[in-house]
This record gives sequence, structure tokens and C-alpha cells, in this order.
Amino acid sequence: MIKLTVNGQPRDVDVSGDTPLLWVLRDSLGLTGTKFGCGMSLCGACTVHVEGAPTRACITPVESVAGKAITTIEGLSSDRSHPVQKAWMEIDVPQCGYCQSGQIMSAAALLEQNPKPSDADIDAAMSGNICRCGTYPRIRKAIHKAAAIAAGQTGREGG
Amino acid sequence: MATTPIIALSRRGFLKSSATAAGGLVIACYLPGCSKPEEVASQSGPAKMVKANAFLQIGTDGSITMFCDKSEMGQGVYTALPTLLAEELGVAPTAIKVEFAPPGDEYVNKLLGAQATGGSTSVREAWDKIRMAGAEARTRLIAAAAKEWGAPPQSCTVADGYVLFTSRRASFGELAEAAAAMPAPQDVQVKGRNEFKYVGKTLPRLDTPSKVDGSAQFGIDMRLPGMLYAALAQPPELGGAVKSFNADKAKAMPGVREVLQTSSGVAVVADTWWQAKTARDALDIQWSPGPAAKLTNAAIYAGLKKASGGKGLDVRKEGDVDAGWKANSRRVEATYELPMLAHATLEPQNCTVEFRDDGCHVYAPTQVQQMSQAVAAKAAGLPPEKVFVHTTFLGGGFGRRLDVDFVPAAVECAKAMNKPVKLLWTREDDTSHDKYRPPARNTLSAAFDGNGKLNTVKVHLVAPSITARWAPGAVPQGTPDPFAIEAAHNFPYEAPNLHIDYVQHEVGLDVGYWRSVSHALNCFTIESFMDELAAEAQMDPVEFRRSLLTKQPRWLSVLDAAASKAKWGSPPAGRHQGVALMSGYDSYLAQVAEISLEGDKLKVHRIVCAVDCGQMVNPGIVQAQAEGGIIFGLTAALFSEINVTNGKVQEQNFDTYRLLRMNEAPVIEVHLLNSDEKPGGMGEPTVALVAPAVCNAIYAATRKRLRKLPIVKQGFVV
Repeated sequence: MIKLTVNGQPRDVDVSGDTPLLWVLRDSLGLTGTKFGCGMSLCGACTVHVEGAPTRACITPVESVAGKAITTIEGLSSDRSHPVQKAWMEIDVPQCGYCQSGQIMSAAALLEQNPKPSDADIDAAMSGNICRCGTYPRIRKAIHKAAAIAAGQTGREGG
Repeated sequence: MATTPIIALSRRGFLKSSATAAGGLVIACYLPGCSKPEEVASQSGPAKMVKANAFLQIGTDGSITMFCDKSEMGQGVYTALPTLLAEELGVAPTAIKVEFAPPGDEYVNKLLGAQATGGSTSVREAWDKIRMAGAEARTRLIAAAAKEWGAPPQSCTVADGYVLFTSRRASFGELAEAAAAMPAPQDVQVKGRNEFKYVGKTLPRLDTPSKVDGSAQFGIDMRLPGMLYAALAQPPELGGAVKSFNADKAKAMPGVREVLQTSSGVAVVADTWWQAKTARDALDIQWSPGPAAKLTNAAIYAGLKKASGGKGLDVRKEGDVDAGWKANSRRVEATYELPMLAHATLEPQNCTVEFRDDGCHVYAPTQVQQMSQAVAAKAAGLPPEKVFVHTTFLGGGFGRRLDVDFVPAAVECAKAMNKPVKLLWTREDDTSHDKYRPPARNTLSAAFDGNGKLNTVKVHLVAPSITARWAPGAVPQGTPDPFAIEAAHNFPYEAPNLHIDYVQHEVGLDVGYWRSVSHALNCFTIESFMDELAAEAQMDPVEFRRSLLTKQPRWLSVLDAAASKAKWGSPPAGRHQGVALMSGYDSYLAQVAEISLEGDKLKVHRIVCAVDCGQMVNPGIVQAQAEGGIIFGLTAALFSEINVTNGKVQEQNFDTYRLLRMNEAPVIEVHLLNSDEKPGGMGEPTVALVAPAVCNAIYAATRKRLRKLPIVKQGFVV
């Protein structure tokens, strides 16, 4: 039995320790918002936060994150109120939507580290997340928007 | 209410000969399905659900449900189609609950002759049909209220889910049963453009909220009680088959329930997918190679070259090309080669199946519900009416899910296990077992007359036919596959002598419809060649095109718009421009690419795209499709190529099949022109212009002409 903390909840899972976190989240815990795209950390569709850091769940053995705080798209907010989610809705970023959980988790982690990222910062943080539909221009715009929303919420100067 | 009478549709479905009952019928025939009073009366539960027609259900509780006959794969039908219905019903689009329609003849796409989402047809086909569905229901609701009140129907109006007359009002829910009992209305009229409240506005997409919180249900997300998971080993050589296999090791692995030979390989069924996949990788399988065992790219292109020596099927013949060719010696000839491509939907192919008392339930991200039903029925050994296809959101489509090769094995596993089974391909399975975009070898020739005017143009297209495989018999003998000659058959440039022909040459592997299909092949060819002709004529590429488009106002207007918005002729220092033009899917487009080169290092800075796609349901979604299509087209132009060696596809994952990333994405500017024309399709066309625009910009920078793709294989790095 491996003890996990997922979206603030303790969860015990009975799986082999080398099982990638992605499949534990999706198949054992039913958290299907985190997606499978490549299985090799090439596309970012499986991005979650481990102790706040963006992490590719498809190559992360579940035993390596036992006891650590894991956040998935389902735990980012309970009501789509995270600034990144708000910005994504305002700009209507998603097309097929399949990569967007991963995009949003990467963007949220970026803004946590860097509340007012430049275009170059966005390129550096987001180039691990593939969007086959080509929503990159809107993702870029939405990250700037999310930074402004977050700044407004916390009283920081707007971006 | 001022209204526009509906005109019976005359647009020809390309695949009419393969159409089922609905092919070619006028619009009124698309509206069967109104509930019979006894059907409604027999329902239990607090609210009764009344079908106004095949697309619309109104509950006695006031709920409005649309049965959306197109799959949502990012292109926005989940928003655009309900918007058309909402407009006629006089309710906000957000008031409509959307469900994907089941297989059914009433849902056959009349532009394709099959129940299919593709060909950038969704809005074009829905424009009259879905508005009519809403207008018919509105007419019935008004008739029911008018009868109840003894009021003249023409004096009743609708607003926000109510029928209104003077101070009286009745909700759609109250009227639903009576409306269904009214005789089918004879005089149904849809709203005129000046009456639109929702159509033509950028309203929020209805699927966005579920796509920002992870709740949107894709095929891969299906979960059913007691469900098992399957991973499939497929022949590494295309067209191969299982000779024998030893499953001892796999069967002894944790969670493994069964190892099964299926019609397409060997499946491992386990408690979790990771267990299934791990055990699959431990299978010891002997494969018998198929007919493609010796196939290589070199042989494929040699075959195309050889076929190019033959005569093709005529696509267009005007004037006398032989005479024009003989009479004029100032000539240009060029041959272009296009690679095979994979679709690479980010959601790998998958299918979930459960057998229940009433039959076989198939949950699939599919673009073709009836085809999915047909192959599932065959695999299940059931009649099609016992197979229920439930369409999920699609994690990308791009034409990949017009094929149903991922369905049968899931049915076979669920049947053998007598439990629900989700079968999921890996990324490597997906890339190496695709139905690839056809390769092509196109040769163009042109001659100028003594006055420097373009006199003769010959367009000789050579490529395999997708439709010959996908819908055998649908293309009449002796006529070219319409999906092989797009963006060539409508060659717009003035030349007194023109001959376009197409040689169908099969290359030994399955080819499939890939976003923009042959537009991407033929637009690259023709727009690159037009640039070569401009250089021969010593004219500016935009001016040259303009001089040959004097009788083509819609082509000319997008060309002028793109040139003007891109500041054609005055790029920033160190940058170079290239242009491309196309009409497809009833839309007209021009693109200007702006690039720079430092040695061999190419950077695409900006792409400006002008679009005339007629009237738009939701300009924001049109814009998003244009942007996304440009990224899709740029990915292919720069990076994409499928290589086959001894029957095996070499590309496997995104390390070997590279997709464009955020840091490589150019600035994209889309300019949507106002138009009163009927809607054009916008899911695909912008894809096709990117490669020629970028390659023409490379020519402007280097005088090097790229006649093959991808660009990274032609001496440039990105």
C-alpha cells in the first residue's frame, strides 16, 4: 500500500511502486483530468504539481511521490476560480481540450514562481507542453491575462 | 417577423453514390423524428421528453436538448451548431444541453454522403438544416399556443423559452406535448441575417468550462463499473499478421486476466492499463509479414515517379495545351514531392465497449458513428441496430478518426471477457499504425507567350486515392477522386490553355484523410509554382498573381487584404516575405509568411492570414480554427515526414515525430473579411497555405527553391 496525498486528501493505493503516477491518478483514483499523450515526458499532457513543481506524471514512479503533496487539475480549484482557469475561459483557449489540463498546470506553476512572466519566460516554461490544435497564441495571451487577474486579486500591480 | 424562405439545397455531395437514404434529399426530409403522442404518454418520470425532430428535444420541464450530429474535435461544433438552433428558438445558446447524436440515417452528412464529421462541412451543412430544425420546432410551438389561445399564429412571438401573444405567455415545456401533436408545419421560415441575435457574434464556447477543470469526457476517460483495460500488440510491419505467440510470461504478470488474439493483433487484458501495457511488452509474438514487408520510402517515391510518366484522368481541360506548348518556347517546369504524414491526435486511439442485455455499447472518440457501428456489429456478431455508439469528445480528430481501426479489437476483448473493456493504444502504436496522408509527386509546366503573358499551364498530379480505400466504389470509374484534386481543380489564374490531370497510383500502404487532405498537396505545388512563374516573369509575386486574377473578385480581395495587412514589400529589416493563395471548402484565403535566416537557421516570425469564409456563426471560433490550422500547417511544413523501412514506420513518438512547440510558434494575425455569402468551411483550409507561403519566403531570402518537404530535410534547421 502506497500512501499519497492528492488534492489535499490522503489516498492509499495498492499498486506496484514503479507504476507511473499518471495511471494511478487515472485508473486507480479516477482522476481522468490528467491525460496520457506520449508516456515519455515529451508532450506535457500529464503535468501535475508535486509539492508545487510541475511534474510529468507519465514517467514519475508512484513510490517516488509517496507522502508528497500532489495536485491535479481537479484540485487546482473546486470552481474554476484559479486565475489561470479564469483567463483560459475569458480567452476561450481550448479547442479539442485534450492537452489543456497539462497546459493549465504548467501555467499555474509558472505564475506561482514568476507572477509577471515575459514572453521568453512563457516560452521557457511552456515549451514542454504540446498542443496539437495549435492554441499557443491564445495560451500566451491567457498567461498574461492570468498574471493580471492574479495581481488584481492579491493587490499586486497589474501586468 | 420578416423571414427568408428556405431554398431547397442544391450543393452536390461528393460521395453521393455511397450515400444512404438521406443523400441528396431536400431539407424538409431531414426533419423526421417528431415524437408521437403515445410515445410521450408512455414515459414515466417527472418530466416527459418530447422530440421536435431528430436534432431537438424539449422536455415538459422546459429543458432543451440538442442531438448534435457532428463530433466535437476542437473545431467548435459543440458551440456553433447549438447557436444555430438557439437562434431560431429564440433562446440563448447556453440554455441548450448538447448530446452527441447516435448512428442514424437522419444524421447522414449530405455534403459527404455518410454520417461523418469532416471535410470542413459541419457549419456549411448545418447552416440550413439546423436552423430549419429550430424554425420548425418554433412553428409547432407557436401553432400549439395559438390553437390554445385562439390567436393568429403570425401574431405570436418567442423569447427566452416562451411563446408570447399580447399579455399571454406559455413556456416551451408547457407546450411541448401539444406542439408534437400538431400537424407537420408546411410554411417554415428561418430568420434573416438582420434578425440574428446570436449568429455572427463571438459567444463563449460551450465546452470551455469542462475543458479547463478536467471534467470533459474524452474516449480515454471512459470508466464503467467492473471495467478491464487492454493493450494491443499490432504487427510491426504494416499489413502483417500474427503467426504465433507465447503468452506464458505475460499471463504470469500482475493483474493480467487474459491474452487474446484479435483481428488486428494480440491483446492483453488486465486490471489496469499499465499492467496490460507492461505485459503486452513481454509478449513473444512471431509475425508473418504482409504485402508491405519490403516497402521503403525509396520504392514509394520511385513508384510515384514511374506513374508520373502515364496519362491521368482529366480534371480540367481548357483551350489547347499541346498547341500552346508547341507555340511558346519560354517555359518553366518543376516537380514537387510531398511526404507522408501522421495525424498525431494528442489523444491516442482508444475505444471502450460493454455488452449489456440490449446489445453492445461502444464509447468512442469517432468522426463516423455509422461506420463505427458497422465494424462493431461485425466484431460482435450482432445486427447494427443492437450496437449503440456513444460519441465522446475527441482529443483531436484531423481525419484520423474517420477510420475505425481501433474499434473491432475493443469489441472482441469485451465480448471474450464478458466485461467492459477499454482498449488504448500507446503513442508509438498510434504513430506507427496510422492511415497516413498520401505522398504525392506533382509536375507543373507553363509557357509564356511572346508578350510575356501566361499562355499554357499543365498540372499533372500523382498520388494514391484515399477514397478508393475508405469508400470503395464511391468514386465512379474513370473520374478522379475528388479528395485528390482539391485546390487544383479550381485553378484560378488566367491562362488560355489549361490542362489538369490526376494519376491515381497506390503506394502499398493505407492512406487517410489528413486535415485539409489534398489541399495541402496541391496548394503547395501550385502556389510554389506560381512563385516560380513570377520569378521567370520578373514580377513581384503578389503583382504577378493579381495580374492573373482580374476575373476572380473573392480571390483578389483576400490577396489584397493579406498583402496590405502584412505590409507586403516592406518587411522589417532582415526579414523576407512569401505569399500563398487558395480557395477550399467554399472559403477564400491568402497568407503572407515573414521569415528570417541566420545561415541555415530558419525562424518563422509572423503569418498574416486573410479569410473570406462567407457568413460566420461564431467569428471567434473561426479565428481560433485559422490560428490552429496555421500551427498545424507550419508543423508539417517544417518537421513532418513518415518514413517506411522494410514495411515498418520509423517514427514512433514525439522525439522522432516532432510537433511545433510554444517557443517555435510565430505571431499569427487573422483578418476575417465581411461577407454576405453562405458559410465556408474553416476547420481545415489555413493548414494548406503555410508551406508554400514559408517556402516562397525562403526563396525570397535565398533564391533557393524548395520542391520537397519538410523544410528541416532541405538544408535548414529550426
